[in-house]
Formats: sequence, C-alpha cells, structure tokens
Amino acid sequence: MSSTSLSLPLPSVPAWRRGLRRSLGHRGLVIGSVILALIALAALFAPWLAPHDPYAQEVTQRLIPPAWYAKGSWEHLLGTDKLGRDYLSRLLFGARVSLFIGLATALISGLIGTTMGVLAGYYGGRVDAVVSYIVTTRLAMPVVLVALATASLVGGSLKVVIVLLGVLLWDRFAIVTRSATQQLRDAEFIAAAKSLGASTPYILLRELLPNLMSALTVVATLEMAHAILLEATLSFLGLGVQPPTPSWGLMVAEGKAYMFFQPWVIVIPGVVLAVLVLGINLVGDGLRDVSAPDGRN
Amino acid sequence: MLSYVFRRLLVGLSVMLTVAVISFMLLHLSGDLATAIAGPESSAADVEKVRVQYGLDRPMITQFTDWLGSAVRLDFGRSFYFQNTVMELVGERLPVTLKLGGVALLLAVIVAIPLGVLAAIYRDSWVDRLSLLVAVVGQAMPNFWFALSLILLFAVGLKWLPVAGNTSWQHFILPAVALGYYAMPSLMRLTRAGMLDVLGSDYIRTARAKGLSPARVVFKHALRNAIIPVMALAAVELGFMLGGSVVIESVYSLQGLGQLAWDSISRNDYPVVQAVVLIIAVFYIGLTFVADVLNAALDPRMRTR
Repeated sequence: MSSTSLSLPLPSVPAWRRGLRRSLGHRGLVIGSVILALIALAALFAPWLAPHDPYAQEVTQRLIPPAWYAKGSWEHLLGTDKLGRDYLSRLLFGARVSLFIGLATALISGLIGTTMGVLAGYYGGRVDAVVSYIVTTRLAMPVVLVALATASLVGGSLKVVIVLLGVLLWDRFAIVTRSATQQLRDAEFIAAAKSLGASTPYILLRELLPNLMSALTVVATLEMAHAILLEATLSFLGLGVQPPTPSWGLMVAEGKAYMFFQPWVIVIPGVVLAVLVLGINLVGDGLRDVSAPDGRN
Repeated sequence: MLSYVFRRLLVGLSVMLTVAVISFMLLHLSGDLATAIAGPESSAADVEKVRVQYGLDRPMITQFTDWLGSAVRLDFGRSFYFQNTVMELVGERLPVTLKLGGVALLLAVIVAIPLGVLAAIYRDSWVDRLSLLVAVVGQAMPNFWFALSLILLFAVGLKWLPVAGNTSWQHFILPAVALGYYAMPSLMRLTRAGMLDVLGSDYIRTARAKGLSPARVVFKHALRNAIIPVMALAAVELGFMLGGSVVIESVYSLQGLGQLAWDSISRNDYPVVQAVVLIIAVFYIGLTFVADVLNAALDPRMRTR
C-alpha cells in the first residue's frame, strides 16, 4: 500500500527508533505497558514478594480487614480470607494463574485461528467458504455455557480451562488473519517468491506470516484479556481453577458470602482483575494505533 | 436481494444443524453420562441400570438421530431431574431471559447512541474522552464482579433496589445494567465511527450548504445513515447477551434460561443443557441473520459476499 502512495521522505532514523518514539507518544500504550509490566513482575517474583505462604491457613486470623481499616494489621497488608490466608500473597500468586492462562490460551487459539485464517485468505474459494462456515458455527455456540457444560463433565482444572478456552476463542484470529492475508495475497513480494519457485509452505510461513505479525499481536493481546476474564468467570462459577489454587475469580467467589459485611474481600481481587485487563486492552489498542500506517489513526 | 436472503437462510439452517451435532457430541464424548448421572459412589450395576433407563446404551448415532428428530418438532424429551418435559422448563424460563436481554439491550442503546453521536460531533473534546473512558472501563471489568458491585452499591448501600430475585420489575434493573454495560462500548464506538464517516461525506456538506440547521443535519441526514449498522450490531449483541446471561442470572438468582442451564449442568440434567445450548444458538443465528439482512439492505455490495 505505502509503496505506491506518494509520501514525504522519511527521516533517516532507523525504523525501530521511529516506532519506539511513536509508542512513547501514545499515552494509552505507555500506561498499559506500565500496568502490564508491574503485574508481570509481581507474578514473576511472587515467591520473593509475598509476605506469607499463600496456602497457609490460620484459623485464628480469619477475615482480618486490610491495614487501612481500624481493625486491620500491618502483618496482613490486604487482610486475610475466610481461612486466614494472607490476601496479598494470594493476589500475587493469582497473577501467575491469570497471566499464564492468558498467554497459554492466546497461544493455542492463535495457532488454530491463524492457520485457518491464512489458509482461507490465501487459497480463497472453497477453502475460504469452509473456514467461514466453521467461524460462523463457532460464533453461534455460547462460549460460557459450552465451557461450563464441558468443564463440569471433565472436571474443572487449570489445564481444562486452558484447553477449553484455547479451542473456543480462535475466531477473531481467523477473521483478522483471513482479511489481512487476502490483502497481501496478490502483493508483489509474494508474486516474486512464487516466480523464484518457493514452495507454498515457505511463502506462507516465511513471506506472509512475518507481515501479519503486527495484526496478530493486537488480536493476541485482546484475546488474552478475553481469556483472563473468562477464566475468572469460570472459576467464579466453580468450574474453572479449583481451590486452593489462588485465582482472582475464585477469590471473588470465596468472598461472595462475606461481601455484605466485608466488601473488601470482593473489591480487592475484582479491582486487580479489572486493572490487569485494562492494561492489556490499552496495550492492544495502542499497538493497533501505532502500527497503523503513518498519518492514520 | 431475495437470493441473498435465501442463501443466508440456508447457511443459518445448516449452522444450526452443525451446532446441534457439536453440542450433542461434546456432552457425549467428554465423559460417561451414565456414571455422571448415577453419581460417583454408585455400583457398576446401578450405572448399567441408569444407562439402559435413559437409553444411553443405544448406539451414539441412533441416540443422535432420535434426539434431532424430536428436536426439530421442538420436543427435547424429558428432564432427567424433574418430571417435566424440557420444553415446559424452557417455556417457563425463556421469558425471564428474553426480558433481561431486551431491557439490557435497550439500556445499552439508550446510552451508546447519544454518547457516540456526541463523541463524533465534538471529536477530541471532553465528551469524546469521557465516552472512551466509559467504554474502556466497561470492557475491563469482569461482569460477575460488576454485578456484585452493583448489588453492594445500590441494594445494600443505598437500598434503592432489591438484592436478588425476579418478582417485580425493579428486580430487573441491576441485572440489565450489569448485562447491558458489556454491549454498550462496541455499540458506542460503532456509532461514533459511523457518524464521523457520514459527517465527512459530500451530501452532509451539501445539506449544510443548503442552510439546514445543524440539528436537522445531524438527526435527519447523518444519524439515519449511521444507525443501520449500529442496529445490526445491536442484534448480534443481543445474541451474545442471551448466551452470557448465565453469569448475571446466577449472581442475581434470576430464574431464567441461563440459571436453568447452570442448575442443570450441576445436576447432570443433560437433555436440558443440550436444549438450552441449541436454543441460544438458534436465537443467535436468527439475530445475526437479521443483522446481515439489515446491512445488505443498506449496502448492496454486501449482498455479493
């Protein structure tokens, strides 16, 4: 596209520095990246940061409010849950669960969706019709219900949640890569590779795929946020990650019975969850703006 | 146009069939139904008895064709748990979910369209920023948590509305807000984008040049064209909301279709689960069909797809 349009001569700084400069100028992207980096660091260093063992129960220390309440103590900065487990420590370890599920799901669904989208976009015709049909069918299946029904039969666990969400959330990957591939299919560099006798797998993987990367990153971030929210929902309903694993959705579920008198038990994990998803969404939206061709927004 | 509608209808019907096959397979392959129904402590003889009693010993393909044959006549068999037929249970619960979905969509549209229009007219102003903020926050909050927070704030704190149940219309306000907030951001963004598109077009410039009042230009000329895709998206969003209402219904103990599905899942009442999945899929397919036709009526280029 940009090769044919007349544009001002670009300054002679390397592309990555221009990209970086533009990224730093995008407020949402910067804020999102900072949030995401902080939570990722918290997850990574959870064993060193956590003041207590997230699984250690203390019967005498049940439902202590956070430190800023009159009855709170500095021993448990964010209080304790109904089993006397330190809330802050559980939050830190819960970040691992959320991020891991987000990444793993995005990887599985990305693999499925990208394969379908690239094939549909590149070959068109009947392949495209079949893939479009599969996408339509997938969209017609209610994700939460199907996931709940299956998880209840198989038994909910971290692994089951990842596989289920991975198998259910590939639709956006397929739709985006399909239309991006359609646009690139007839590009000159693809024709050049073809005339040099490159094999189709080579063209798809080495020529086409690198050009889809920025679009894929955007979808991957949004899908990651989607998966994290769905994991929390499944865990909240009792069919996701199982206790005593610290999952933020599970923490809200466990606190539900106490929320009328101790609202912080659901407010804290919910806010953290929303902040993480907000951060990821800001990064996704920001990357989309920044990777758009010059002068477009 | 007619051939387009016909083609879409065919696709919709075959998608329904595929969803039926998949939801049937999913439930029959992801575990042994007879063991699940009989319970983990029951003996092998009991499991066998259950298997025969519920017809689960027949070949899978016979079970499926029997089920599908009755399903097209809207007969989903009997519940494993209650004495009622599945259709009786669904008939009792469906109105609650439809009411919830309808009110939620209405709320979402009432907020999204004016906000989207204002954001487009006053682009980059504080209205635009505020609407973006509302959308971004809405997409980040987990819906079960937002629903619980609404209870804490409006039912427990301010005591304006009841906590849970579905005996009066007041019971539907909080659940509808909780459900509708998730459809709102995308509707608003589409309204804004559509309005920006239209406001920059030649015929709007002509309308302005004719000396029409700004209000007339916005409402009579611009919004009219920008609104059809928004309505189409609203139809699709309603389909998503019906599927997602299980979470909201469980938080507010609304006795709707979602709650029925959720209870049936925990009771291993699979005829009901299968029926609900299929019914929600049928609603979604019907609503996307409406959306496609709306878009095609507006834009003839869509019909060739």
